[in-house]
Amino acid sequence: MNQNLYNRRLWKNRIGIALSMTAMALGLFVLLWILSVLFINGIKAIDWNMFTQSTPAPGSEGGGLANAIVGSLMMVGLATLVSTPVGILAGVYLAEFGDRSRIAEITRFMTDIMLSAPSIVLGLFIYAILVYQVKHFSGWAGSLALSLIAIPVVLRTTENMLRLVPGNLREAAYALGAPQWKVSIMVTLRAAKAGVVTGVLLALARISGETAPLLFTALNNQFFSLDMNKPMSNLPVVIFQFAMSPYDNWVRLAWGGALLITVTVLILNILARVFFREKISH
Amino acid sequence: MSEAAGQALKTAIQIRNLNFYYGKFLALKDNNLDIVEHKVTAFIGPSGCGKSTLLRTLNRMYSLYPGQRAEGEINFYGQNILDPKQDLNLLRARIGMVFQKPTPFPMSIYDNIAFGVRLYENLSRGEMDERVEWALTKTALWNEAKDKLNQSGLALSGGQQQRLCIARSVAVKPSVILLDEPTSALDPISTAKIEELVHELKSEYTVAIVTHNMQQAARVSDFTAYMYLGEMVEYGPTDQLFIKPKKQETEDYITGRFG
Repeated sequence: MNQNLYNRRLWKNRIGIALSMTAMALGLFVLLWILSVLFINGIKAIDWNMFTQSTPAPGSEGGGLANAIVGSLMMVGLATLVSTPVGILAGVYLAEFGDRSRIAEITRFMTDIMLSAPSIVLGLFIYAILVYQVKHFSGWAGSLALSLIAIPVVLRTTENMLRLVPGNLREAAYALGAPQWKVSIMVTLRAAKAGVVTGVLLALARISGETAPLLFTALNNQFFSLDMNKPMSNLPVVIFQFAMSPYDNWVRLAWGGALLITVTVLILNILARVFFREKISH
Repeated sequence: MSEAAGQALKTAIQIRNLNFYYGKFLALKDNNLDIVEHKVTAFIGPSGCGKSTLLRTLNRMYSLYPGQRAEGEINFYGQNILDPKQDLNLLRARIGMVFQKPTPFPMSIYDNIAFGVRLYENLSRGEMDERVEWALTKTALWNEAKDKLNQSGLALSGGQQQRLCIARSVAVKPSVILLDEPTSALDPISTAKIEELVHELKSEYTVAIVTHNMQQAARVSDFTAYMYLGEMVEYGPTDQLFIKPKKQETEDYITGRFG
């Protein structure tokens, strides 16, 4: 054995490990820093009032985020209801039916563009085709903009998860004389269920923190409102406005809202992981 | 074919001048063969000789993939299944197939079997229960599975999964069952159970089995076909082919001098 060569490799290995550990520590440090600042400032704002009272008028005391929380839930919820079936069905089409056809290739290309398009562009698009036409901001428009962001995420995950399903399983279903739609829906999609649910949860996590597309569409509403036809309050835009305001209670609420979103997204991500792990263990 | 003198052997599948292409590659060359009803026909030969390909033409499985095509005739009780007008779903309900790796569907054991039955039959709950029990009994899985019919098929062991897959095929009551190396992923005990099962099945079904294992072919089959490089080298009653092959190539292969 060449001792010299071995020693050199040993040192290279040590340097490599040291470098990657430093990089990891740096990344982790920044992440923990962000989270701790968020927690220290946010936890002070979280109380019962935050969930029961609506956003305060300029200069008034107290207040909460009830209108923003409900608005966010409604718009994100509706966007999920819209984007889940559309995304899943389109994903099934791409993986099972379209495959390498021209229309499938075009859809895939468009989806990739939508995935990487800045979300502000999608907001602007809805502004142009909906808000500008009807001359007012609305919860519907906000929901639609969020759907446009979620659909490509759901679609892509669904397609990728379906492609992971072994071809054997499809053949086995065909071998019983099952028609293609039954094979796709009852066997392949079911086999990929955990992955698809993961995709939906990740899309949900993604849109619950989006600010840009809501700025032009749902805008904000100082009052509690369940009317999707009117401008609708939502957490990201409230955070955006309140964080830069001169009022202490506004800034405090912005921190509280930020913490709330972060915790929600964290929970969604953990859920996604749990679902996906269940799939792997099979 | 001297076996069972006096007893007329009926042909289930007649293969004539079959050529098969993967794109431009000719994988089966002018194959001719009669698969006899209610008998077990084994296909042996070295890897890549085309035995699985041949099996996959019999239920038109290859039609799932563009670029694969067959020429010639495959007459299934007189009807040419290579006809472009052939309804593939109906054909596959008549000619079932079990694969190398067990492929339980991601559903309960009960539904794994009911899935195929529901495609072509409208059974009441009671009739379906009976059918599931019948299929599982036939594949010697009933005793092991009867208390966990609602559990996922994935929870069974490999050998049980493969028997579930055979039960699934049997449950739709096909006329022919194709087995593509059904035991190559299994341990010896599971293998023995499946071989026993193959023996049972032939009283009601015509069975075609591809195997890498010559002893297995000798044990389970009535007729054996030896294939090499896409050609049907020799075909005949299993005893005859293993004891007194007509061709030197066959003898070389079965005595282990080649392959």
